[in-house]
This record gives sequence, structure tokens and C-alpha cells, in this order.
Amino acid sequence: MLIIKDLHASVEGKEILRGINLTINAGEVHAIMGPNGSGKSTLANVLAGNTNYEVTKGEVTFNGKDLLSMTADVRAKEGLFLSFQYPVEIPGVSMINFLKTAVNESRKYHQLKELSAGDFLKVMREKKEMVQIDSQLTNRSVNEGFSGGEKKKNEIFQMAMLEPKLAILDETDSGLDIDALRIVANGVNLLKRPENATIVVTHYQRLLDYIVPDFVHVLYKGQIVKSAGKELVLELEEKGYDWIKKELGE
Amino acid sequence: MTETTTFESAEQRISQLFLERVTLLNEEAPEFLRNNREQAMTLFRQLGIPSRKVENYKYTDLTKLFALENYNRAFRPTSFDFDMQEVFTCDVPEFDTHILFHVNGWYFEQNKTDLFPKGTIIKSLKRALKENTVLVEKYYGKLADGANDPMASLNGAFAQDGVFIYIPDHVVIEKPIQIINLLRSEEDLYVTQRNLVVVGKNAQIKLMFCDHTLAVHSYIANYLTELFLGEDAVADVYGIQNQHNGTAYFNGLFVHQDRNSQLITNTISLHGGITRNHLQVDLQGEHANASLFGLTLTDKDQHSDIFTSIVHGQPGCHSNQIYKNVLDDNSTGVFTGRIHVMPGAKKTEAYQRNNSVLMTKASKMNTKPQLVIDNDDVKCSHGATVGQINEEALFYLQTRGINEKEARLMLMFAFAHEVLTNIRVEQLRQSIDRLVNKRLRGEVSRCHDCKLECIR
Repeated sequence: MLIIKDLHASVEGKEILRGINLTINAGEVHAIMGPNGSGKSTLANVLAGNTNYEVTKGEVTFNGKDLLSMTADVRAKEGLFLSFQYPVEIPGVSMINFLKTAVNESRKYHQLKELSAGDFLKVMREKKEMVQIDSQLTNRSVNEGFSGGEKKKNEIFQMAMLEPKLAILDETDSGLDIDALRIVANGVNLLKRPENATIVVTHYQRLLDYIVPDFVHVLYKGQIVKSAGKELVLELEEKGYDWIKKELGE
Repeated sequence: MTETTTFESAEQRISQLFLERVTLLNEEAPEFLRNNREQAMTLFRQLGIPSRKVENYKYTDLTKLFALENYNRAFRPTSFDFDMQEVFTCDVPEFDTHILFHVNGWYFEQNKTDLFPKGTIIKSLKRALKENTVLVEKYYGKLADGANDPMASLNGAFAQDGVFIYIPDHVVIEKPIQIINLLRSEEDLYVTQRNLVVVGKNAQIKLMFCDHTLAVHSYIANYLTELFLGEDAVADVYGIQNQHNGTAYFNGLFVHQDRNSQLITNTISLHGGITRNHLQVDLQGEHANASLFGLTLTDKDQHSDIFTSIVHGQPGCHSNQIYKNVLDDNSTGVFTGRIHVMPGAKKTEAYQRNNSVLMTKASKMNTKPQLVIDNDDVKCSHGATVGQINEEALFYLQTRGINEKEARLMLMFAFAHEVLTNIRVEQLRQSIDRLVNKRLRGEVSRCHDCKLECIR
């Protein structure tokens, strides 16, 4: 589904990603872990099409298409979704209008008929129940005045509405209490399909107790320095990132 | 070939024009109006065409506009060979209003006014000057002519017609009165319109001014409305301005408020070459309340100037102002907001805010709050921001599959929307929402559903 080859990216002239190689197939859950500043969020943002980051080298194909040549909105329409570490508050843009536009833009892209107001509301109700988001939140402006937990739940709700092929969850566990974490993780698991894939970017192992990865990668100084199965999570938990640094001879 | 006389200045040319035409201007006019006109002209001669040196017009220099114009003046009503309803269809559909047309500043005599409650007077100012002389004299010129504003004095000097509205005490006009001001001619034209609205004690009115151009020619429109609100009176004044880029538009609204009266204004400038809105509110009764809102959307080389002046003359009055600008291309904008709290006006609350979004590097906004507070025990605040579209929000929307253009529109609309929420007529609010949306999409280049396609 996603093939990343020798990806280099920099921000304001500083190289953050220094040759990432990663292949993700349908049905898989990949965890990307690593210490602060290792480039995890950069990778998520580069894949989503944030133009603040400059790709200096490498290629990424997404379902056989060149991902890097697409604008952010086309990537989304092609089925890529980024759950933000810090979801943005947008006063004055109503959740309903925002989601309706997003859903219908994607439908138009795939030459499907736009959803009528009635059908849209019906779908929204179903998904709201599924991810257990407070029904009042959808009557407000996008993320405006939402608590940390509500913002993250809202990300998963949007994911449910947009039904992406590949979801990238950037530090979705940050700022969540244990109950919210469970709800968010539960939502992600419910949305899992054999034809979809998920990348979980996280600092801690906590979220991975709920979203069980098939593969775990450790990102350090802009490169994937270790890849293994889910047992790596426990090992990291036990030994810390210093263990990786030591292995690398630092 | 036209014969041209060279004048030393635009002031001289206008002065000469006045002398030549004063007899025509004063045709059938009562004595007080004649005197008023002379005084206004004298004041204009002193003040002159506003240049950069005039503080209130610092960023709106009109010397070039007036140096270059030698437009015909609409000294007589335009004769019609067309059906008004057919030529102009308002883009606020199924909106139930009393419609009053003006063409080139002149009240359209076929306007229907038979549906108003007894005692209400709605007619052309010119007729009111003849038929209701005493009543008109009591109010006419009392607010605008002392304002020391060159455009207001120019209006006073050349005023002939407009609408006169008198709502007796305790009468509530539920249905909005929609005043549609059209500019239509076979040549470049300078237009003067003067309106006088008197709302009695405990009476209520909703006014909606719609200003349009219906021909490709260049226009200078100098409109002025004086509005008197009696004790406990309520007035909503909405303005929608949609004129082509060859229009220079000056719109004065001068308001006097008695005790406990309430005013809401909402000025929506959708389109226009040079647009200046001058709003002056005198709160001269305790606990009077004025809320002034405005949204200005400019692009290309358009220029908009909003000047507000609120005088808190009595204790316990409340005023609130929110003005927003969205500036695209090379357009420029000005906001000057003056609040004057007079000695003795205790417990005054006066708030003011101007927020602008610059869409391009070439667009420019000048914002200037002026607070004069001659009293203790007041709550006053002012704030101004000039910024760009939030790039983070833009990216967020894009990652949800919304393309950049649409995402920008959503953010601009969100920014503008706050002003529109203050429109108290539900149908009107929805329609203006739609109009603003269309305008932001660049779809209001044609003036609504007008059949004359004078894109300019």
C-alpha cells in the first residue's frame, strides 16, 4: 500500500529525515516509536503533505501512485488520513459544514454522488455512536473550545467519517487520560479493515496496549534503526531508548 | 465636441456649478432649505475636497477623483421607459419587504406606500418639503450639517430628493422597509441623495438600504441619511453595497438617539470602487444603546473607508462596534473609530473592534481607533488586528480532502461570519450569508440578477 524509499526531508534547511525506508501492506498496523526529536512527527507531516517540510530526496508510492506529487487534499482523497498531535481550532467553521464539505469533496473525486443533507446526517449519527463522541460537539465550530480528549476523539470521528485506506495517528495518546485513551483506541480498532492499514506514531507503549501493532519501528536521528514485531514494544519499555543508542555505539 | 472651461480647482468648478444651478436646486424649496443649502455650500468652500491633509480623510484622498470628474449632475429625476421590477430583481429572494426605489438619487414616484399604518409618512423628500414643511424643518440638517465633514456639506449644498420617513409614536413597522438605490444613466453621473428618517417614541423600524449600479458608466454617489430615534425607539439599519468598480460612493448615516433607544447598524460592502461609510451617532439620552457592525470585502484596486464617531453625551449609554475587512489583490482599507465620552456621561460602556485579513502582500489596511474620554467611571475598550489566513488551519482542512481554494474560502467566510450573526432578521441574515459566500467566491461580479450585464 505504502512504499517509502530513502526519504529525506528538511525544515528551514535542517535535515530531519535522513533516508527512511518502510513498506506497509494492507491489513497491517505499524508502530513508529522513538525518542523526542527523532523525526516521528516530521514523517507523519511529510506523508500528509505539509508544505512546511521540504522533501529533498527519495520517493513514496501510495497504492501505486506517486504520493509526493499530490497536494495534501488529493492525498486525503486518495485515502490518506492524518490524526493531528495538536488538532487546530477553527472558529466560525461549523463541524457539520466542515465534514459535509470534506466527505462530498472526496465523493466527487471518486465520481460518486454527493450525499444529501439527510443521508449525511444519518451517516454522521452512526459514526458518532461508533466512536462515542459527545453529540453536542458536532454542533460547534471545529475543535473550538474542545478539551484535549475531545479534540482527539474528534480526530477519530473524522477518520470514521472519511474512511481512509491509511491512517496515520500522530501521538494520539498525548494528553489523554486512561478512559479517553480507551475510547480512542477502541474507535481505531473498530475502524480496522483487512484492506486498510494504520501507522501509530507514539512515544510511549501505553497506546500500543490497546492498538496492537504487527510491526514496530524505532526512529532515531531521522532513520529507522530497528524493526521487529510487537515484542519490541516491551523491550523498549523495559530498557528505554538508551538501549538503542548503545546498540548503535553511541 | 464639448465646450470646456478650465477651473483652477475642483472646488472652484463645483462652486461655479452651484451658482449656476442654485435656482433649479431651490425650485419649490421652502426658505429654511434654501438657507441650509447656502450654509452647506459656504462650509464646503471652507473645507474643500478632502485631501491627505484632512485628518478624517488621511488615507482617502479625493482630490484626484474630483479633479478628474466632470460628470453630469442628476438635477432632475430620470425618466423611465422600463419596468422597475423587470430591470431589477433583488438577490434576497422571497424576502417580504416594503420596497422603495430611488433612481439616481430621486425617489421613484410609483413606490407603493399605501400599506403603512395611519399617521406614518413615507414619501419623497421633495414632496415632504412642500407638504410637511414644519415637520421636516424640525429635523432636516440638524445632525449632518454641523458635522464639519466636506462630503456631508457637499450633500447639503446639492440635496434635492431622497426619502422622508416619519413613524409616529408607538407605531411598530414589522416588515423591513427596503430602500433600493439604483444608478442608471447613459453617461457618467454625479448623484446626490438625502434621506430623513424620524422614529417616534417607542416606535420601531427596520431599514435596509441596497445600493447598486445598473449601467457601466462612472458614478459619484453622495448619499446621506439623518435618523432620529425618540425615547425607547428601536431601529435596525442594514446596508448592502454592491456597485461596480467605476463607482465612488459616499454614504453618511447621522443618528440622534434619545433615552433608552436602540440602534443596530450593519454595513455590508460587497463591491465598489471607492467606498466611504461615515457613521455618526449621538447618544443624547440616558441608557441609549448603539451597536454598529460592518463587513467589507475588497479586491482588485478597490478602496474602502469606514469612519465612525460615537458621542456618549449622557450617562449609562452603551455602544459596541465590530468591523471586519477581508482585503484581496491590491485593495486598501481604512477604519477610523472615534468614541467620545462627554463630561458627566457616567457608567458609559463603549467597545470597539476592527479585525482585518490581508489575502495578499499588496493589500493594505490602516486602522485607527480614537478614544476621547472626559469622564471617570467608564468602561471602554478598543482593539485592532491585521493578519493573514491561519496557515495551520488551512493545512488541517486540506488534510481532510478540502482543496486549498475551498479551504481558504471556508476560513474567510468563518472570519466574516461573526459580523453577520448580528443581523436580526432571520431571512435577511441567511440571504446575506449566501451573498457574502458568493462574493468571496468571486461570483458577484454581475450585480445580482440584473438583466443589464454591465460587468465592470
